[in-house]
Amino acid sequence: MTLAQLPALQVILPLIAAPLCLLLRSGRLAWLLSILVSATALIIAVLLLRLVLENGTVIYTYGGWAAPWGIEYRVDIANAFVLAIVTSISTVVLLFSRVGASWEIKSSEQSLFYTAYLLCLTGLLGMTVTGDAFNLFVFLEISSLSSYVLIAMGPDRRGLTAAYQYLIMGTIGATFILIAVGLLYMVTGTLNMADLANLLPALEQSRTVRVAFAFLTVGIGLKLAMFPLHLWLPNAYAYAPHVVSAFLAATATKVAVYVLVRFIYDVFGSSFAFDSMPLQSILVVLGAAAVLSGSTVAIFQHNIKRMLGYSSVAQIGYMILGISLASVSGLTATLVHLLNHALMKGGLFLALACMAFQLGGTRLVDLAGAGRRMPWTSAAFVVGGLSLIGVPLTAGFVSKWLLVVAVLEAGWWPVLIVIAVGSLLAVAYIWRVIEMIYFRSATNPDEHSEETHWSLLAPVWLLIVANVYFGLHTQWSVGVAQRAAQMLFGGPG
Amino acid sequence: MNTLALAVILPFAGAVAVLITGSRPNLRECVSLGTGITLAGLVASLLPAVLAGQRPHITLAEPIPGIPIAFEVEPLGLLFALIASSLWVVTTLYSIGYMRGHGETNQTRFYAFFAVAIGSTMGIAFSQNLFTLFVFYELLTLSTYPLVTHAGTQEAKQGGRVYLGILLSTSIVFFLLAIVWTWTIAGTTDFRVGGILTGKASPFVIGLLYALFAFGIGKAALMPFHRWLPAAMVAPTPVSALLHAVAVVKAGVFCILKVTLYVFGLDLVTTSWASGWLLWIAAATIIIASLVALQQNNLKRRLAYSTISQLSYVILGAFLANASSIIGASTHIAMHAFGKITLFFCAGAILVATHKSEINEMDGLGRHMPFTMAAFLIASISIAGLPPLGGVWSKWYLLLGSLDAGYTVLVAVLMLSTLLNIAYLLPIPIRAFFAGDRNTPRTITEAPVPCLIAIGVTTAMCMVLFFYPDPILQLVGLLVG
Amino acid sequence: MEVLALYNYWVVIFLMMTGFYVVIASGNLVKKIIGINLFQASVFILYISMGKVSGGAAPILRETIQTYSNPLPHVLILTAIVVGVATTALGLALVVRIKEAYGTAEEDDIHRQDESL
Repeated sequence: MTLAQLPALQVILPLIAAPLCLLLRSGRLAWLLSILVSATALIIAVLLLRLVLENGTVIYTYGGWAAPWGIEYRVDIANAFVLAIVTSISTVVLLFSRVGASWEIKSSEQSLFYTAYLLCLTGLLGMTVTGDAFNLFVFLEISSLSSYVLIAMGPDRRGLTAAYQYLIMGTIGATFILIAVGLLYMVTGTLNMADLANLLPALEQSRTVRVAFAFLTVGIGLKLAMFPLHLWLPNAYAYAPHVVSAFLAATATKVAVYVLVRFIYDVFGSSFAFDSMPLQSILVVLGAAAVLSGSTVAIFQHNIKRMLGYSSVAQIGYMILGISLASVSGLTATLVHLLNHALMKGGLFLALACMAFQLGGTRLVDLAGAGRRMPWTSAAFVVGGLSLIGVPLTAGFVSKWLLVVAVLEAGWWPVLIVIAVGSLLAVAYIWRVIEMIYFRSATNPDEHSEETHWSLLAPVWLLIVANVYFGLHTQWSVGVAQRAAQMLFGGPG
Repeated sequence: MNTLALAVILPFAGAVAVLITGSRPNLRECVSLGTGITLAGLVASLLPAVLAGQRPHITLAEPIPGIPIAFEVEPLGLLFALIASSLWVVTTLYSIGYMRGHGETNQTRFYAFFAVAIGSTMGIAFSQNLFTLFVFYELLTLSTYPLVTHAGTQEAKQGGRVYLGILLSTSIVFFLLAIVWTWTIAGTTDFRVGGILTGKASPFVIGLLYALFAFGIGKAALMPFHRWLPAAMVAPTPVSALLHAVAVVKAGVFCILKVTLYVFGLDLVTTSWASGWLLWIAAATIIIASLVALQQNNLKRRLAYSTISQLSYVILGAFLANASSIIGASTHIAMHAFGKITLFFCAGAILVATHKSEINEMDGLGRHMPFTMAAFLIASISIAGLPPLGGVWSKWYLLLGSLDAGYTVLVAVLMLSTLLNIAYLLPIPIRAFFAGDRNTPRTITEAPVPCLIAIGVTTAMCMVLFFYPDPILQLVGLLVG
Repeated sequence: MEVLALYNYWVVIFLMMTGFYVVIASGNLVKKIIGINLFQASVFILYISMGKVSGGAAPILRETIQTYSNPLPHVLILTAIVVGVATTALGLALVVRIKEAYGTAEEDDIHRQDESL
């Protein structure tokens, strides 16, 4: 096996393991296989990232058919970075789910759960790694279909309606992407993304290309829950099993953001997207609206999982703002926030899962007095929340700092105010939870619940410590993101 | 490990030690006191080097390329650290008496967060750049929040919300913005003698930036962002004493002074259009806060408004930006600290001994608590800036600074403020000694001994600083060459 | 005449809008799935008609024929049809589960039950 096969292995490994999980039947064995596969995928992703950082883009052609005829997987710094995020979050969530999933999912259904989980992972990794526009659609549907299944596995029946709603909106989004790919093929005769990038500049004035771009933006916007296409997200996150919420919140939207970045900056090119199409003003307005409305609505939620869902909408707004700046520094901020937001949301959802299991629910009132009953979990939630707000020494601060610097560079003062107000609103919704955890005594104090098991705390704290680590040492996160952003702008990889 | 790093890290280590020894109160208190004394010693040991012109520094981490978390000792920071660390020792002593006498709960949490707050204060004092300053500024806000809401009542939570709301929002909206902006203009956030912004931006931008800093540093309680300070008075008295008379509020004015000196430089401030009108806001804060203090019947709230007024003395000194005013402002950080902490200690002692917090109930208390009330009287005179107490020196230099800058109106403002100080502070001890009140039960005695020792020490310092202000003046003299 | 010459696109647009309308307007969960199917079918037709090269024969290699229609869109759309079938199956399975849990497949009734919680 040579390093050249790594891009294919990255996707194929979980794809093969998924049906194996189904055959294994036993939930425990399926878990073991899943975590092995996920950890291997993580190792592959790290190897790929190192390879790409040293030697530049890695290309794998399927069946030896060279592009643009065959399908190629093309790994550069940008998607190697995203691969590393997705696989590491997936591994941490799986560490948690040995016990975490068994609370909510019947033991007879656990092997099905891990099958769907691995398929979802396959889809996300495939979307990230592929260099073919139609292949991207197929992987998008693999990840979407399996995530509908995962969400519907929640113990609450509202999980079913949430999954249904997501299915309808997700399918419309995916079909839009399909239309866009078809239109692009009509004018260029190619599906290869690198080839498209070469051919499209000459066709800037073509109406078909413009329509394709619009369809694509809306389609991806639906998948990444860009305001106002975010309606599926809060319910899906709120009623899915806790581990699924953590996994999807930290990975699915991130990959969708990456795909948007890839299409805007690489395939269409920023001059087309921002000069001949009015993308900039649209994205700025939508990003700002997402930040403000998502954060405001989050304040009024009684269910903390829903609250975190709306907060995700707001955080995606920050990423959209970074994209809309059309500058290397703005894009860097977005890419760094992909990582940092994955870390903070993953940590918060997992900590919340611990609380839900011990205290009996995820409503705000359920968390009363958690500070005394579960000190370690509560502390993890507080640190994660501070990172979400963007307090210094946490990862959240680094992304916010980069975004503010990028906005200042562009001189967009109103956006600066939006970011500041968004942070204050984040303080408000996180503080509601903190007050409840630390200042309200439990509703039925005789019920004696204690701290969760260390095997659950360990993954939670792994993510929380990562939040602090990436708040202090940014050579890795910012360094790689910066190189990726420069590369996407056509600079040297 | 050098002394500087140790001085910042020690309080945090102390907090952990307090948590570990939490189940054994006596040991826990020993740990607190021991940490305090060691810290004061460490900070004091930095003094000779700084007086000799050295500037010890250390870099901890570099979260954003070009912006490290780094510390450097310079005279102003050392002065602030000296005051905070030495008063921490006294306050810990006082807390032991107060918390036990008052039967407070959650004492371990109290001592632990207290130590974290002091650690953050050290971080602010020794910060080498704006970023480090901001990090510890926010940490100070967050670590004092559990102290403010210590009682856990609805009122405490309400106070905590106002506290956090104002301090966090001003710091995120204005302060952070100003820092990022400074960084994009100057390419650095380091504190350098003479400033880093000279010649880098138009006077308009400089003025705007300066105003952002002035209002963004909410801890300085410049009106209209002062409401958090009275709100914070729901905290236990030792917190109000050390944090809301010394560490937190002084951190605010200290930041403004530091920014004035090392980011803008005195010349740039005097030529910017902003300092002109900001001066009047500071002057208005001095007068208005004093007038509001007059109307307060709750002793701690009256002291809080008095603090707001006094903080603006320092801010005024910074905005005037000449040699005398800077000396006056820096000295005032010290003088006001000793005076105000004494007043709070007395308020706490009264509360512990009599459970009274309203001023009109304190008539005749002087007969039962002569020591406390005498200390209150002395500290009041020091706050008003009258001889023979320390407060006179800072006011003197501030007056000189106003005259140097050609603002005779400000002289009148300072004089009027002195009269107001007398009007709202002196009646309290006078009525306690002379007003006849037969309702006071005979059983009232002085507060616990540790409290009295603490009061005695700080009162003595007010007097000593009148006769020997030289160490402080020598230190702040280094600031203006 | 140009408008009529593009009749395949008119068919696509008509089908697409019909499907979209059904998805939005219908309160019945099964009917929404049918709408989604129509919506997807319109895109299938878009792809299929896209592959037609005027004068071209079916893409089967023969000696006499010079021009072929493009087979690639057809192959692509086979994949998309499979995806569509999977989506439909999953959607219907969800509807069955929802009917079991709520006793109805009407959106309004489900909302009413959720709100009364």
